[in-house]
Amino acid sequence: MYTFSNKLRIGSFIAMGLGVIFLAIGFLSAPSTVEEAKAMVAVHDDGHGGGHAEAAENHGEEQGHGAEAAHGEEHDSSHDTHLLHQLQNRPWSALYVAAFFFFMIALGVLAFYAIQRAAQAGWSPLLFRVMEGITAYLVPGGIIVFVILLLSTLHMNHMFVWMDAETVAHDELLQGKAGYLNPTFFLIRAAIFLGGWIFYRQYSRKLSLAQDESDDNTNFVKNFRWSAAFLVFYLISESMMSWDWIMSLDPHWFSTLFGWYVFASMFVSGITVIAMVTVYLKSKGYLEQVNDSHVHDLAKFMFGISIFWTYLWFSQFMLIWYADIPEEVTYYIARFQDYKLPFFGMLVMNFVFPLLVLMNSDYKRVNWFVIMTGIVVLFGHYLDIFNMVMPATVGDQWFIGLPEIGGILFFGGLFVFWVFTALTKAPLQPKRNPFIEESRHFHY
Amino acid sequence: MASKVIQALYNDDDVLMHAVKKVRAEHHHIEEVYTPFPVHGLDKAMGLADTRIAITSFLYGCLGLTVAIVMMNYIMIEDWPQDIGGKPSFSYLENMPAFVPIMFELTVFFAAHLMVITFYLRSKMWPFKKAENPDKRTTDDHFLMELGVHDNENELADLLWETGAVEVKVTEKES
Repeated sequence: MYTFSNKLRIGSFIAMGLGVIFLAIGFLSAPSTVEEAKAMVAVHDDGHGGGHAEAAENHGEEQGHGAEAAHGEEHDSSHDTHLLHQLQNRPWSALYVAAFFFFMIALGVLAFYAIQRAAQAGWSPLLFRVMEGITAYLVPGGIIVFVILLLSTLHMNHMFVWMDAETVAHDELLQGKAGYLNPTFFLIRAAIFLGGWIFYRQYSRKLSLAQDESDDNTNFVKNFRWSAAFLVFYLISESMMSWDWIMSLDPHWFSTLFGWYVFASMFVSGITVIAMVTVYLKSKGYLEQVNDSHVHDLAKFMFGISIFWTYLWFSQFMLIWYADIPEEVTYYIARFQDYKLPFFGMLVMNFVFPLLVLMNSDYKRVNWFVIMTGIVVLFGHYLDIFNMVMPATVGDQWFIGLPEIGGILFFGGLFVFWVFTALTKAPLQPKRNPFIEESRHFHY
Repeated sequence: MASKVIQALYNDDDVLMHAVKKVRAEHHHIEEVYTPFPVHGLDKAMGLADTRIAITSFLYGCLGLTVAIVMMNYIMIEDWPQDIGGKPSFSYLENMPAFVPIMFELTVFFAAHLMVITFYLRSKMWPFKKAENPDKRTTDDHFLMELGVHDNENELADLLWETGAVEVKVTEKES
């Protein structure tokens, strides 16, 4: 049995505490009136010179946020309200990006776990308890994301423009989509997705623990069937979730492979976290049976899925770049103009870095090397989510400052606390999994 | 010059693996092992040096990438400038995304084909080459281990019978 080390527990509490403070500062320093917002940007502009206001203007039109009202003398005031909304959105977006990122890790691990179960993989059963520990975060993480979405429908923020009845009234495209994109149906869908994922996680965990105590393999077989069924549900619900929770931030824009793209991101982050937790537990003397070949396999997945992510990222980008259709390219123009550093930085961290560093087979067996690479990959995928959310919600008013770091600290701390608490609940090595012998002797 | 070799046949890969380990533990040099299919871990048991084919593959990939870049620059930008996707910039960098699939394909193409050719050459296999395997059964269901004989014929034969060989013979080999 694993015991939660005090150092790690205290560390996670400190991270959560600091995170709450930083987020609170972020919320308190957001402007509440148009005048305050203008004053904040004026100070900001002094440092950055002209060009800024111009970029912000382009932005207002791209997003259709009050675009209809954006002519004549009304222009200035609508632009100012837009700016106010962007600045008010910033702490919310920081909270949402971090909440979604850590939730997504748990969901990616759940998908990986279900694939191992459905494929009846022989190498991985030794790692099942680690995966089950990480997916435990699905419950608090999912509930927090749901609450943020609920608060958005209650107009506590302006992240999802289509939730604003006033905006929809002036926007024919959004009226056309209202049958699907309306707050009630949106929340019902979110509840169904989360319900399905959490149900499978809890039930599969129960069967997994019951298998240890039983005399036959019925629990194992049941788990196999549920996992296969879950994967079907997951592939559909994950895709729709990515439209709902992320793509609808830019409600005029759409991409047909967006669901896959978000999936690749969560999958590689999830596998990275499995590898990191495994190496950490091994370094503390647990999981004696897990050998370098298991770590090697996880690192191979990190390498492969990183390239898969790049493939999807590029497929989405190249078609839009090539066709050059105005309503599509705005998505990338916003990112090229205002998000150069996070956008290209993400490509380096998520593609070039793992490609070169994890290519060598020997390096994949070096445990500390996997951890260091994992940290870079995780930051890269945080930036990926950042780039998906921020351009739509805060436009060019982005910055990685207190609220963003606070979000990472708070949810990172909660994630570590929850995952390692769940790991203490059951023996780290499954006893009666029919493949445990194969997993124990796994070598490459 | 002909050299004297001793050949032992096995009919199971597990027995073969144990035999290889035992023969090596007795400090005899195994010249070659012929198997009908790749036996996992045999290279390690025989103490062969790690393959360097991965390094050649990486270099071939780099070569393919370079060829793709130079080729597309010549074809689409220099020789006959093309208007790509309604963006007549005639600049390689600005049109680079259109060339990425070609870069990818040529990288894979060069890496894969040249790696296979390198493997054949390194294994001394080329067209019209006379087969080297000493016993036809090694292409069906038998495994053959070959050791050089240095005036210790009987000692070796005893050792090989002990390891579970189904047949042991001494022959002259042209080299």
